[in-house]
Amino acid sequence: MPTDKQQIINQQQQYQNKVKKVSPKPPLLKNTIWAFVVGGLICTLGQFFQNSFLDLGVNKKDASALTSVVMVFLGAFFTGIGVYDELGRRAGAGSVVPITGFANSIVAPAMEFKREGYVFGIGAKMFVIAGPVLVYGMVTAFTIGLLYWLML
Amino acid sequence: MQSYFMAFLIGGLICVIGQLLMDLTPLTPAHVLVLFVVLGGILSGIGIYQPLVDIAGAGASIPILGFGHTLVSGTLEEVAKTGIVGVFSGALTAAASGVMAAVVFGFLMAIIFNPKG
Repeated sequence: MPTDKQQIINQQQQYQNKVKKVSPKPPLLKNTIWAFVVGGLICTLGQFFQNSFLDLGVNKKDASALTSVVMVFLGAFFTGIGVYDELGRRAGAGSVVPITGFANSIVAPAMEFKREGYVFGIGAKMFVIAGPVLVYGMVTAFTIGLLYWLML
Repeated sequence: MQSYFMAFLIGGLICVIGQLLMDLTPLTPAHVLVLFVVLGGILSGIGIYQPLVDIAGAGASIPILGFGHTLVSGTLEEVAKTGIVGVFSGALTAAASGVMAAVVFGFLMAIIFNPKG
């Protein structure tokens, strides 16, 4: 029995090696340039909204918050009409890392699992990726906050 | 004009780091998002992220690192004002509008639109 298992593992490894040889290498440079340009442009758009709110006389903190709200709306909307995921296919992290990508990570699975209902479909699947982000973000903030309080 | 240039440059570079992580390590986009939120929080805690926001504007606040920064800087501000209560209330108070927008707009768009194909 153990030899059989060994054989299977060996075969699997050989297969993995073959796949590695045959499959094309990810075009690293191209992906990086796409991520830089698209990510940079999304942030530039954010800067435009932020500057506009500041020009309207909104204070700095609220301008920042409103900018996030607008960008989240845009990310959610363009995911809804199917444009954002198309962009993401090329832009990779350029569309994932900005806050529009966070909105995308909420809308895309919620839409996908709509047929499973309003509770277990939309309600639950919205947080497949956003949930972990909130959990780890909040735990980080809590821990740092506690350390800061202890040092005060 | 300079604010746009810095937003483009720094925002783009942060996304490049994310892309390299996705291409050169087994990390998925979800892992990168989680990692960046935690990283943004830590950089904020040790006082590095706010100066970056001052320089890069939306280039630092729009990437998800900025969300971690909002959570942590909001917590520290509240702790300074209200003590231990701030540890519990600071993060979500600061991030309230972003989280509210994400949940409500996300819900609406998921109801209105259907996936392609």
